Amino acid sequence: MEIIFAGLQQAIYLILAFDRELYSIIFLSLKVSGSALLLAALIGLPIGSLIGLKRFFGRDFIISLLNTFMGLPPVVVGLVFYLILSRSGPLGFMGLLYTPWAMVIVQTALAMPIVAALSHSSIIGVDDIVRKSAITLGATPAQAALKVIMEARYGIMAAIIAAFGRVTAEVGAILIVGGNIAGYTRVMTTTIALETDKGNFELAISLGIILISIALCINILFHFVQKRGIVK
Amino acid sequence: MDLRLSLSHITKSYNSKVVLNNCSIAFERGRIYCIIGPNGSGKSTLLRISALLEQADKGEVIFHDGDRRLYGSIELRRRITLVFPKGGLFNTTVFNNSAYGLSLRKIDRKDIKKKVEAVLKGVGLFDKMNQNALTLSSGEAQRLALARALALEPDILFLDEPTASLDPGSGIIIENIINNLRKKRHMTIIMATHNLFQVQRLADEAIFLYNGEVVETANVKDFFKNPKDERTLQFINGEIIY
Repeated sequence: MEIIFAGLQQAIYLILAFDRELYSIIFLSLKVSGSALLLAALIGLPIGSLIGLKRFFGRDFIISLLNTFMGLPPVVVGLVFYLILSRSGPLGFMGLLYTPWAMVIVQTALAMPIVAALSHSSIIGVDDIVRKSAITLGATPAQAALKVIMEARYGIMAAIIAAFGRVTAEVGAILIVGGNIAGYTRVMTTTIALETDKGNFELAISLGIILISIALCINILFHFVQKRGIVK
Repeated sequence: MDLRLSLSHITKSYNSKVVLNNCSIAFERGRIYCIIGPNGSGKSTLLRISALLEQADKGEVIFHDGDRRLYGSIELRRRITLVFPKGGLFNTTVFNNSAYGLSLRKIDRKDIKKKVEAVLKGVGLFDKMNQNALTLSSGEAQRLALARALALEPDILFLDEPTASLDPGSGIIIENIINNLRKKRHMTIIMATHNLFQVQRLADEAIFLYNGEVVETANVKDFFKNPKDERTLQFINGEIIY
C-alpha cells in the first residue's frame, strides 16, 4: 500500500512539475494515436458508409469480416505487421519497423474496423424515409446519401471516439512493431509496462493517471455525444 | 410553367403480388385530385411512382411542360415533391428542415431565409423555427413536412395521407393550408386519402382506386352524386370495408 501511495505522490509531482520525459511520452502517444485515428476515420468512414448505403455482392461477408476484426487480439495484429514490415517482409524495404509510423499503421489497422463497423450500424439505423424525403426535396442520390450520413452523425462520432479509446489503450501491437525505444517509439502504455517490470512505479503510475484521465475524458465526450443524439 | 402529368398503363407488383394494374390517369394543371380507396388499394404506390420515387414494372409516367416532354432528370424532380404520411423529418432545426430543399437548389441564403420564414408563418411554426424538428407534435411535424415542400413552390405536390395520423383539429389545420394553396397558387395537388369527407372538402376531382385498378375518375360532385361504377357506390356507402 505504501508503494502505491508513494508512487501516487511522486506521480502527481511529475505531472505538476511538467517532467520532460513524461510529457514527451504523452505527446508522442497522442501524436501516434491521433494520426492512427485520422487514418482510420479516413478509411473506415467511406467503407462504413458504402456498406451502410449500398447493397452489393459480398456486402454481408465484409460486414462479418469487420465485426470479426473489431475484436482482433492486438498482439496478433502486431505480429502480422511485424512480419510484413520486417526486413525480410513484403514492405521491409520501406524501413518502417521500430518507427512511430509502424505504430500508426498497426493502430490504424486496429481502429479502422471499429470506425467502419460502428458507422455502418449507425447508417443502417437511419430510417429509409430520410433518404426518400431528401430525394423528394430534390436531392441527387449522392446528396441523399450524404443526408443519411449526416443523420447518423452522432453514431459516427461515437464510433470515432470508441476507436480513439481503443488506440490510446493499446499496448501489445505497438510494443511489437515500435520496439519501445526511449525518446523515439516509447508511448504511455509501453512505458507503463516497462516501468512496472523495472519496479519504477512513479512514472508508471503517473502515466496510468494520465491514461485514465484521457479515458475518462473520452467517456465524458462519448456520453455527451450520445446525449446530444437523443432527442427529448 | 405548365407542368402536367399523365400516367399511362402503370403496372407494379411486389413479390409477384400485383399492386397496380394498368392504371392510366391524366392530371390537369392547377387542380386538386384526391385518390381514394381502401387500404392496400395501391394509393401510396401510385403516388410514389408518379413522384418518380419508384419505377413502374410496366407503363409510363409522362411529364409535359407545354408541348415539351420531360424525362426523369434532376431538373424535373425538383419541380415536383411528395409529402409522406409520417416521418421523414431531419434531426435538425425546423428552419434547417424547411431550408434543405432550397439549399439544394443553390438559392441565395437571404432568399432562403425569406422563403422559409414566410412558409413557416403560413403553417404556424414561425415561433418554433429554432426547435429540433423531432421534438414537434405529430400535427406540427406534418405541418413542417408540408412547409418544407411548399417552400420549394413545386408545380406538382403529392400528399400521401397528410392527415392520417392526426387528431381532427390538426387535420383541419392541414386542410386549411391545402385550401389556401388553391386560392394562391397554380399548383397541381395530388393527394391520397381514405377520408371521404376530406375528399368532399378539398378535391376538384376524385379518383377511386380499388385492388390496384382505377375504377372511376370524376369531378368530385359527380363522383359522390352519380357514381358510374357499382364499386364506387359501395365504397361511398361504406359497404367496402377499409
